[in-house]
Amino acid sequence: MEKYYHSVRLLNERCIGCVSCARHCPTEAIRVRGGKARITESRCIDCGECIRYCPNHAKTAVTDSLEDLQNYTYNVALAAPSLYAQFDKNIPVEKILTGLRTLGFDQVAEVARGAEIATAALREYLAKPDIKRPVISSACPASVRLLLVKYPELIEYLSPVDAPVEIAARIAREEAVRASGLPAESIGVWFITPCPAKMTAVLEPIGVAKSALTGTISMISIYGELLKSISGLESAEVAPLASAEGVGWAIAGGEAGGLGDAKILVAHGIRNVSNIMEQLALGKLNDVDFIECLSCAGGCIGGPLTAVNRFVAENSIKQRLKRMRSEETAENRQPVEAAQVRIALREGRSIEPRPVLKLDDDIVVAMQKIELIDDTLKRLPGLDCGSCGSPTCRALAEDIVQGTASETDCVFRLREMVRDLAQEMVNLSEKLPPSLTTEIGMKDQMEPSRLRKNRMERG
Amino acid sequence: MRKVWRLVRRWQVRVLKNESTGLLLEFSLEHYRFETAGEASSKVKQVVRQLGVDAQTARRISVCAYEAELNAIIHAFGGKMKVRVLPDRTELEVTDEGPGIPDVEAAMREGFSTAPDNIRELGFGAGMGLPNMKRSADEFEIKSTPGQGTWIRMMVRY
Repeated sequence: MEKYYHSVRLLNERCIGCVSCARHCPTEAIRVRGGKARITESRCIDCGECIRYCPNHAKTAVTDSLEDLQNYTYNVALAAPSLYAQFDKNIPVEKILTGLRTLGFDQVAEVARGAEIATAALREYLAKPDIKRPVISSACPASVRLLLVKYPELIEYLSPVDAPVEIAARIAREEAVRASGLPAESIGVWFITPCPAKMTAVLEPIGVAKSALTGTISMISIYGELLKSISGLESAEVAPLASAEGVGWAIAGGEAGGLGDAKILVAHGIRNVSNIMEQLALGKLNDVDFIECLSCAGGCIGGPLTAVNRFVAENSIKQRLKRMRSEETAENRQPVEAAQVRIALREGRSIEPRPVLKLDDDIVVAMQKIELIDDTLKRLPGLDCGSCGSPTCRALAEDIVQGTASETDCVFRLREMVRDLAQEMVNLSEKLPPSLTTEIGMKDQMEPSRLRKNRMERG
Repeated sequence: MRKVWRLVRRWQVRVLKNESTGLLLEFSLEHYRFETAGEASSKVKQVVRQLGVDAQTARRISVCAYEAELNAIIHAFGGKMKVRVLPDRTELEVTDEGPGIPDVEAAMREGFSTAPDNIRELGFGAGMGLPNMKRSADEFEIKSTPGQGTWIRMMVRY
């Protein structure tokens, strides 16, 4: 089996086997076995829903840390638009960027600049007459992975535009080479990430051979230090370049916002993303040009690795955007270079689906398995309680047929079996040799229900 | 107490005995039960995907099933859909005892619809159903008698 890298991991010692994560996983990738949650790697899309729902904080995202900067001579931090949303609207972006730099970076760059380039590339792509519509955004790595796992038939709808962070990283690396005179290998480019899927996207990129990023650092892990360094700042030295169009990508609808009068749908929250892909697969979205898909409710500000509540963040970034828009003029906006747009647009790249549903390589065996699953499912209670460690009764039926679970894993089935066994024992215990009975022997032929009633009357 | 246990099932899987191997999925479709629309087709899609049928073909099969399902729910006062999943192809057969289609040729044209306004208001009845089925299937047959009902057979090869 192919090995996949995942950022989302389990902290074994914290897991109490409560099945919260298994029930909330959008791809049914988690099973609880032996009292611990196990992630099926081929199905995991690194959306981080399990991190969100685990009451014991046993799910975590593996990202890099500030100590990893030591391995590089020159380090660049990439600030996401969602990072600005973690701070009060009155803290200027200059201060956030400068504060970030003082944490040990030589240079900081804005992902929002990459977002502006991505928007321009998307506008260019959508203007083409012969593309497959609606175009599905490929900016959210968890949504892209969901598509590969659950809706591989939609691969050709994926936008060929690089994610903003990839664009920003490429430019930042080039700039760092120029500024430092060092070779590209001694430069570390780090994304301050709101989500675990970006870490996976660095180590296992889709559609590009190698990511321009060196690694990612979880937003929440540096938040405390960043707050401290910002409040201690006397002057801000790093000037921001990005416009409201780029910064707007922090929230749902931000990416679509720069696309003019194209017909657009915005789906945020992984289940909504899944629903809209389902509708598209059924051929129902004919009159749509573009679908913005964001795995987290609210957009990147709702990411599992953010520090501030999503709604608080949304309010602060909306007010910040309002002010930015009122101050923006055609002259003070940094133009997007055509060459950058060309590099960001990667038509003709090939993306492989991830077939995870197939039950067996032999279609006839697979058919027998489907019948077996169906038969097994009939015996299960249909409550989807998750106590067996599989997210639903249907998933348990599949696991039983695939040999990774047993029917006695279901507490209701187990109880039923125990009851039948007990009934059988009662029946046997009341049997006596014929030589001893005439009257009592009649009990043998009694219906089980009458037997029970008799026992109840006896107290 | 045992009642709680029973699953509500509108479909069933049966292994075909007289063919070499295959699965038979039967669905009964109820008139105006819009909340059930999509259940049959997603079940069919799940089954063919689990068999390892490639994603594009699975999508064509599910579009056929979905449009047929919707037609039965909207126009035909309900009906029955039989889906025979075989190792090399899937056959779908839909029968209803609805009002029938007076002019089948006209109904096959894109945009032709007899759906009443209340259906169009729900976002259905755009006159794409039959053309979509025909486009998605490798074989498509339709017979309809006004006043008696409609019969559609579709086949998709893998």
